[in-house]
Amino acid sequence: MSNTDLTILVIDENAVRAAIIDEGLREAGHTHVTVVHEVNGIARIVETLAPDVIIIDIENPNRDMMEHLFQLTRTVARPIAMFVDRSDTTSIEAAVDAGVSAYIVDGLKKERVKPILDMAVSRFNAFSRLQRELAEARSALEERKIIERAKGILMKMRGLSEEEAFALLRQTAMNEKKKLADIAQSVVTAAGLLL
Amino acid sequence: MTSRRNDSGGLAAPGLGPGKQQRVLRAGFIPLMDASVLVAAAECGFAEREGLTLDLVRDVSWANVRDRLAFRQFDIAHMLSPMPVASMLGLGSNPSPTITPFSLGRGGNAITLSLRLFERMQSLTGIGEDASALDNARALASVLADMRIRGEQPPTLGMTYPFSSHNYEFRYWLAAGGIDPDRDVKLVVVPPPLTSDALAAGAIDGFCVGAPWNMVASERGVGRIVAAKQDIWPSAPEKVVGIRPDWAATNSDTVSRLIVALDAAARWCDTPENHDHLAEMLADTRYIATEVSIIRRVLAGEFSLDAKGNQRLLLDYFVFHRQNANYPRPSQALWIYSQMIRWGQVGFSEKGSQQAASAFRPDIYRQALGDAAAPDDGDIRIEGTTEGDRFMDAMVFDPADIDAYVGAFPVGSRHHQTSTSHDF
Repeated sequence: MSNTDLTILVIDENAVRAAIIDEGLREAGHTHVTVVHEVNGIARIVETLAPDVIIIDIENPNRDMMEHLFQLTRTVARPIAMFVDRSDTTSIEAAVDAGVSAYIVDGLKKERVKPILDMAVSRFNAFSRLQRELAEARSALEERKIIERAKGILMKMRGLSEEEAFALLRQTAMNEKKKLADIAQSVVTAAGLLL
Repeated sequence: MTSRRNDSGGLAAPGLGPGKQQRVLRAGFIPLMDASVLVAAAECGFAEREGLTLDLVRDVSWANVRDRLAFRQFDIAHMLSPMPVASMLGLGSNPSPTITPFSLGRGGNAITLSLRLFERMQSLTGIGEDASALDNARALASVLADMRIRGEQPPTLGMTYPFSSHNYEFRYWLAAGGIDPDRDVKLVVVPPPLTSDALAAGAIDGFCVGAPWNMVASERGVGRIVAAKQDIWPSAPEKVVGIRPDWAATNSDTVSRLIVALDAAARWCDTPENHDHLAEMLADTRYIATEVSIIRRVLAGEFSLDAKGNQRLLLDYFVFHRQNANYPRPSQALWIYSQMIRWGQVGFSEKGSQQAASAFRPDIYRQALGDAAAPDDGDIRIEGTTEGDRFMDAMVFDPADIDAYVGAFPVGSRHHQTSTSHDF
């Protein structure tokens, strides 16, 4: 069995992240990848699929349900599920840090599992970067809106042109060593109080 | 103080005190009322007085708590008492040595069934609103027999974790009523905060979980409480503080300070005059995030059995400190071991006995608080013999003869010789 023959089950309630992991695994040549978004009926899926590797989001409270599942399968002499390889602490620490928890079914070599786990970790990190960038883009948009409103207020109240209003905001920000958006916010707040 | 894991998953660097012992401790916890002692120690100055800072980190699953303690993301953790025992026995995924020098108290668990199931028990057997836990279990056994005759699916019951007091207490209660938990019902794991919703949605027909989730379900009118942990065995160990033995060895002074702080916090939690304050803290979104009035009533042991107004007063529903509730008595670890054997999680061996007992560390407790703080009836005692502390089926646990004790139960996995598969 080569590395790419492994059967991998990805359990992630976040559909976007699951898609990113799925794509990454397929790019790496894994074709037996199953993605599920909810844990309802997961026992049956694990049983029929018999995955070699299960990747689950660490924030998913149903991890405890997986523990129960493994405990049950153990009692009927199915392979024991392991949390990666116990000796490979660094790679597990990285996984736990990234928020991914991987269950590797016993009997798999670490060398085969490690690239999958590394991939999942990097995809988890890529996803959180994506989230962060999205949040930053959103706040940048918010800031622009606030600055526009502050400019409008200054233009109306002090009879300035758009350029003059912007220059005044920027100069004030520089003088007070504050962010342009913060000064704009003060203008908007002050206007709200005064008008 | 509480912090959620930030985006990068990194936590603040551990603070080192004089002699390079750690003074800032990251403590993982699950939002349950039995995290009270940790919350009080962090919020009310008990940790500070010992020169420690407790950084409480809320988590979502026991498996996470276990792994994050093992991988040093937590220094100490709120744990189910069977978790250190399972770790020392090498059970479960990724078992890493874990010990407990301090129990976080007793009580808080209860068993709730759906109203539909309870009403069926009433109409079939005629049990009253004030039926005992044992009568309720027997009534459920009658309903299960009836369901089998009618070809109905057995009910699905929720608990919290394979190595949990809830798993063993639920099984104890079912078996005492003559129900085989592996054959007559389907046991599944449901995260505690989801139990009430799962019951309302019909995904499960009952559950055994810690406070306040039983009361949340009963007051919502979706469930009926049929047994409290006191009914099953009042002394049953509940949550503990889990630590890594290597960490405890290199931070022995810190561990002593921690135990002194937790001891003071536990006394404070046990004082009824402090319950309003405690309830306010626990209700906060950083901790349990539920109604303060429910928490207040749970602390007082004012049990709402259902939404119809049936009440029950359980004075010792929560015991945070008194009755040596914080003492990690090895015979209790052995009782947990006996239940693991009973339900087929592990076999009996002398070595297993020693490993299980080594998970509970009264020596560390005594080192911090002195011998006077220890109970006078020993580390290993015969359990279930004193008035007010009996098992619901009147069995007596002799830690010296675990094998015979397990064999004496009429219901257990040893009667499953022909069993080949589990339907889960």
